[in-house]
Amino acid sequence: MSESLLTIKDLHVQYNTDEAVVHALNGINLTLKKGEALGLVGETGAGKTTMALSILQLLPAKVGEITKGNIHYDNTDILAADNHNMRKIRGAKIAMIFQDPMSSLNPILTVGDQIHEVLELHFPEMSREEKDQRVDDILGLVGIQKSRKNEYPHQFSGGMKQRIGIAMALVAEPELLLADEPTTALDVTIQAQILQLMQELQKKFNTSMIFITHDLGVVAEFCENVSVVYAGEIIETGSVEEVFARKRNHPYTVGLFNSIPDLTTEAKRLIPIPGFMTDPTNLPVGCKFVERCPNCMEKCKVQLPPMFGAGHKIKCFLYEDRGGNA
Amino acid sequence: MKYKNKSNLTNKSQLGLIAFRFSKNKLAMVGLAAILLLILMCLTAPLFISYDQVYKQSMANRFITPCAEHPFGTDQYGRDLFARVLYGGRISLLSGLVVVASAMVVGLTLGGAAGYFGGKVDNIIMRFCDIFMAVPRMLLSMAVVSALGQGTFKMLIALAVAEFPNYARTVRASIMTLRNQEYVEAAKCCGTSSARIIFKHLIPNGMGPVIVSATLGLGTTILAIASLGFLGIGVASPTPEWGTILSENRTNIRHFPHLGLVPGIFIAISVMCLNFVGDGLRDALDPRTKN
Repeated sequence: MSESLLTIKDLHVQYNTDEAVVHALNGINLTLKKGEALGLVGETGAGKTTMALSILQLLPAKVGEITKGNIHYDNTDILAADNHNMRKIRGAKIAMIFQDPMSSLNPILTVGDQIHEVLELHFPEMSREEKDQRVDDILGLVGIQKSRKNEYPHQFSGGMKQRIGIAMALVAEPELLLADEPTTALDVTIQAQILQLMQELQKKFNTSMIFITHDLGVVAEFCENVSVVYAGEIIETGSVEEVFARKRNHPYTVGLFNSIPDLTTEAKRLIPIPGFMTDPTNLPVGCKFVERCPNCMEKCKVQLPPMFGAGHKIKCFLYEDRGGNA
Repeated sequence: MKYKNKSNLTNKSQLGLIAFRFSKNKLAMVGLAAILLLILMCLTAPLFISYDQVYKQSMANRFITPCAEHPFGTDQYGRDLFARVLYGGRISLLSGLVVVASAMVVGLTLGGAAGYFGGKVDNIIMRFCDIFMAVPRMLLSMAVVSALGQGTFKMLIALAVAEFPNYARTVRASIMTLRNQEYVEAAKCCGTSSARIIFKHLIPNGMGPVIVSATLGLGTTILAIASLGFLGIGVASPTPEWGTILSENRTNIRHFPHLGLVPGIFIAISVMCLNFVGDGLRDALDPRTKN
């Protein structure tokens, strides 16, 4: 259980566009153990999806560039792997579930064919009957009748399409699953079903998972550990219990908690975080959160805070003098 | 692509829906029926008249106007026009198909690669296509025929070379809009290779406009083959081909108009019907025209 599956060290990614250089990731450090479910929380544009695409080496060609850092997956240096080797990793070792099930399935292939294709790519030696059997099995696991495998995506509802997306991701039994906001496009009731399904399957296959979301509630329910991403940096990381205890948090995380309704206290208004996310083309020198931080100090503006604490780590000078032990 | 509350339709595949929409277009169905009938007649020509009649000359039977024995009459050498038109149709229609099919294979591959990879690859392929598009089709065909010499096969190559940039452009445009779709990214995440993404995921999705332009292109190609035949640089007389037949008889049209009318009508009907089918397909493939 304790062996680490994925290690990301000091990852910097930038998008070079004609107008500006967008600094999407600025020194991401992350370790994922086998069987671990890590929640990656942050607002739109924080770099969550960029991180997932970097792991798969699918950053947009020419525009997206990894400038620094490395990614190791199970003793493979992902950044050094060539296209051929990456293709063997994608789908077979690392799979991805997408945000929008409506557009992530090919409209002109039957869902059975699309799941079948993953097997064709990664298990060319498998017999046709065996592949068909695997497709039937996985459809059963995600709760789709196998008689419907010859139907087309437009004949399914959104929730069912996401189930098929999950089936596609899991059919090759990958070791790592990247779930990029898999429930954002779905109704709340369907969300619950899908999350439950993913949780069951994650336990069943003992898959490691990076769960990208803006929904703190989903993370609390679903993950063991959580990392909060802001402007391309992980600003807080720890176990769900530690972070959600709300005893000590990064000011940004505090802001996130304040902006979701709480069932136990009465409040007329939620407290939003003031301002917008900092412009990733023109990042501040020190802490990226200075412009919006209620506890901002002079030091924060000039110096980038390191991670303070062991286990539950926070990237904020507020926790400096306490030696990280709050 | 949900159909209004018609539960029997929601169970159909995309292809089923397209066929359904197509079948509601009367003109297109008439065109399709006529074209199929024409093809069937050409294929089963031996049932109506023997192949010998195509070349069998008979000076005693020159310039017979349509009658029971010779439904379309005979030409200046006494050859049966019905036989010539029917067997000529095999050449005209088949040549059209061969040209369009080979142009499509080349066009889809080049256009697919150009649209998917973009950048330099796109630039090189499309500028290459521009070279062929810049020269008028007739001129290009004439140049190829004069360079390589006359012959059916050479003419087909010339027409296919002139035709393929159309398909390359069309499919490139479709693929450029499709390549950023999430299912393409999903396919990449599954470890799919570029070639497989282009041929299995992108081209089938972008086929709609290509099918339409191929159907319409079939009509214009048949017309081009006939034109080349008429100019005497296409299929060489005495091999029957509609344009060639027209050309052979052009001096006698004044006194025996049926000699020009018959092959002319066959050319016109097949081109017109293919256009009807093409229009019908375009409407059927466009989900916005559903009602």
